[in-house]
Amino acid sequence: MKKQYFQITLVGILFGIILTKSEVVSWFRIYEMFRFDSFHMYGIIGSAVVLGIITIRIIKKMNLKSIDGKDITIAPKESSISRYILGGILFGLGWAMAGACPGPIYTLIGGGFSVMLVVLASAVLGTFVYGLVQNKLPH
Amino acid sequence: MLDFISQPWQWYVAGPMITLVMFLMLYLGKNFGVSSTMRTICASTGAGKFIPFFSFKWKEQLWNILFVVGMAIGGFIASTFLSSNVPINISSETLESLAHIGISSAGSSILPSELFSWEALGTIPGFIVLVVGGFLVGFGARWAGGCTSGHAISGLSNLQLPSLIAVIGFFIGGLIMTYFILPLVLRGLA
Repeated sequence: MKKQYFQITLVGILFGIILTKSEVVSWFRIYEMFRFDSFHMYGIIGSAVVLGIITIRIIKKMNLKSIDGKDITIAPKESSISRYILGGILFGLGWAMAGACPGPIYTLIGGGFSVMLVVLASAVLGTFVYGLVQNKLPH
Repeated sequence: MLDFISQPWQWYVAGPMITLVMFLMLYLGKNFGVSSTMRTICASTGAGKFIPFFSFKWKEQLWNILFVVGMAIGGFIASTFLSSNVPINISSETLESLAHIGISSAGSSILPSELFSWEALGTIPGFIVLVVGGFLVGFGARWAGGCTSGHAISGLSNLQLPSLIAVIGFFIGGLIMTYFILPLVLRGLA
């Protein structure tokens, strides 16, 4: 199928199942993480990152190509401190309040929590307002 | 096998599988990032005519939308067919602190029913958590240029300094919310 749409949807399904079965979608798990009461979330993110570092190393060392024959690269982010720390703090405030980062919002909607549509709409509104005021913010 | 899958997954199963998801996306020639879908949604409404940030060929980002549609389908499959109805096994310390801020639904649901329902949307704490919380997630992710998937997983895996700064920001914000703001917001529940 064109542009791997089908495979990407399947990977999305896999990711949604992982987030649900590991309870990453749970507000309680996020609250618990920020209180340092359990290793669960740190184990998930930590092991994903450690294995991710090894994976990216191997991709670069072996010069692996993607399915369409191109180099696999993660685009570097532009250098700055202010946008990452200030935007990061606002994101963290929202993550701990709503108990969900963007991925779990979509997965919870599919999991039957229709009220998460309100969180999604609010997050889209937040994205829209960022686009409006982008030039007035430090980056 | 199905019984095995239906149990809650331990961190050492979930973490490596998230790395696999990132790898599969890279292999398919895409990046692993969820919050950019919200920018695509804004662009698809035609907002790019007035706001340059949303002026791009959003149809080329359609794969990103399909990825999150898949994530919703995955949520449906996991909660409908792969659920063992085991209560979430959060720590006793967390249960105790939740009781202090008026949340007693831990263990009976994935989300606190005091806040995550259409009825709760009409209460002050529910409205703040759902609407203000969601707004901050969307605004903050775009300002920081990514969320947990783009910065904490992809960015850190690629040893990018900006992502480390963003993740430090995520935690500063998360700790301020958890220890100082959330108890105030939820005071109405206690």
